[in-house]
Amino acid sequence: MTTAAQNIPQNCTVENEEYLSPRVDIYEDKEAYVLQAEMPGVNKEGLEVTLADNELTLTGRRAEAAPQSEALHRESRPLNYRRAFELDPAIDTARIEASIAQGVLTLRLPKAEKIKPRKITVTE
Amino acid sequence: MFLTRWNKTETPAWPAFGRLSDLRDELDRLFDSPLSELGRTSRLLNGWAPAVDLYEDKDNFTVKAELPGLKREDIDVSLNEGALVISGERKAEQKFDEAGTHRVERFFGRFSRTILLPATVNADKIAAQYKDGVLTVTLPKSEEAKPKQIEINVK
Repeated sequence: MTTAAQNIPQNCTVENEEYLSPRVDIYEDKEAYVLQAEMPGVNKEGLEVTLADNELTLTGRRAEAAPQSEALHRESRPLNYRRAFELDPAIDTARIEASIAQGVLTLRLPKAEKIKPRKITVTE
Repeated sequence: MFLTRWNKTETPAWPAFGRLSDLRDELDRLFDSPLSELGRTSRLLNGWAPAVDLYEDKDNFTVKAELPGLKREDIDVSLNEGALVISGERKAEQKFDEAGTHRVERFFGRFSRTILLPATVNADKIAAQYKDGVLTVTLPKSEEAKPKQIEINVK
């Protein structure tokens, strides 16, 4: 099965550095959203996941620079990765889990428990 | 790019519409790509073609392939008449029904790349390593292929 139905966004430039936009899959089950991002060449040390004002930013820095020897043929781009997402307000940001294995970042974004109805006491 | 429920605006009335929107996306991608990427074959024709680099130094050829999210046992590397063949399969880890799918950009399934080597290599000494989603194959040049310095006595 090879369905890549959606366009991936353009590369972005932040503070004079150009970044590749990683390919991402997003799924949802009852308890959580699951986001998987492809960042070949990145391991745990080079990964940064930040959350500010409901915006989730993924940054991945490659562990190794490209070899110094002569490139006879080159298809990969020697850039780091970055992509930002606006989060659904229903996500419990305190319980987000992240892991990376063989260049694929997996984020689990749990949905918040339903807010229970509360009785509000009226004061005079 | 919202992590909210993705409303499918293009409900396919008949299966061919799915293909059509794929084609449109692919054309958009081609026009948006920098020139360096235009050389890469369209993914519609051959599914998944991971990026491959070939380097050369005095003693070795080095091939690097970006293969995020595979298992070591799902990658095959072989040498066939002066060409290095990297093939394999990426399997989806979890199954989600269509209602639970918001964004699908990654490729799953089989792939195969063939890299023609510019000179002969020592087939017994080829080494491959898979780390952080990048496959690195080191192919030592055969003695005949190495540059030689020839001493000439000038009389």
